[in-house]
Amino acid sequence: MYRGQSGMWSWLLHRVTGVAVLLFLLVHIVDITMLGFGPTIYNNALSVFATPLVRFFSLALIASVLYHSFNGLRILIIDFWPAGAQYQRLFAVLTILLTLAGFISMGYFVLLPVFQGCPGVTCG
Amino acid sequence: MSARSAISTSRAKPTVNANAFEVFSWYFFRVSGVLLLFLVVIHLIFMHVANDVSQTSYQFIVARYNNPFWRVYDLLMLTLALLHGMNGMRVIVVDYVRGKGWRLAWMSFLGIVTLVFWLMGTITIIAFNPNHSTYAAFFGALFHH
Repeated sequence: MYRGQSGMWSWLLHRVTGVAVLLFLLVHIVDITMLGFGPTIYNNALSVFATPLVRFFSLALIASVLYHSFNGLRILIIDFWPAGAQYQRLFAVLTILLTLAGFISMGYFVLLPVFQGCPGVTCG
Repeated sequence: MSARSAISTSRAKPTVNANAFEVFSWYFFRVSGVLLLFLVVIHLIFMHVANDVSQTSYQFIVARYNNPFWRVYDLLMLTLALLHGMNGMRVIVVDYVRGKGWRLAWMSFLGIVTLVFWLMGTITIIAFNPNHSTYAAFFGALFHH
């Protein structure tokens, strides 16, 4: 009923992506704190995010945020719509499809400067 | 069906033997989650699609934080995201840490991290002033004397 099926994998992915997003949030709070040290320190710290390597890492963040968001909606539907649990496999598939659609369209823009050789923007 | 509640404390709405905090936590995950879905996805599109990350500079923030709307937006997002995420960590600790002492140690650690990071973010957002860096003068004075 549960083990090895869509519900277990959704639960596991929700937990893993949740921890990943939280860890990034803590890093992100540290980097915005650099704002309080003035423009030089902030701009130096933030330039790291434009490097190709960190752009690839940010793809993992975007995928995690999108999966966690859409899977959260799936949980809400199953919790609050009495018939929701009957369609749990359909919702699990929809969650993956929506995540992929959002990930591909957003990832395209994140990596575009790298593939174009960074015209007009600094890639670090 | 009850297998779900036996496996994770996070999923099934607590009913039997539930204390008021767990019920509040269950609703908080859902309400903050829906709000965060909009706040975070708009934030991601704004910072990674509409603008490139390389454009996020001090001057970019000066222009953005001229409008108090974005300070309120960021403050709301920071508070909800940190509480949602740290409450998730609390659920994970409840799931995997059995010993009373270890659980207390973990909960204290999570509480301190939540408070410290919330203060860091909140001070940064509220006190940001391009003419008067929050910490630069203070730490600058420490390093130069």
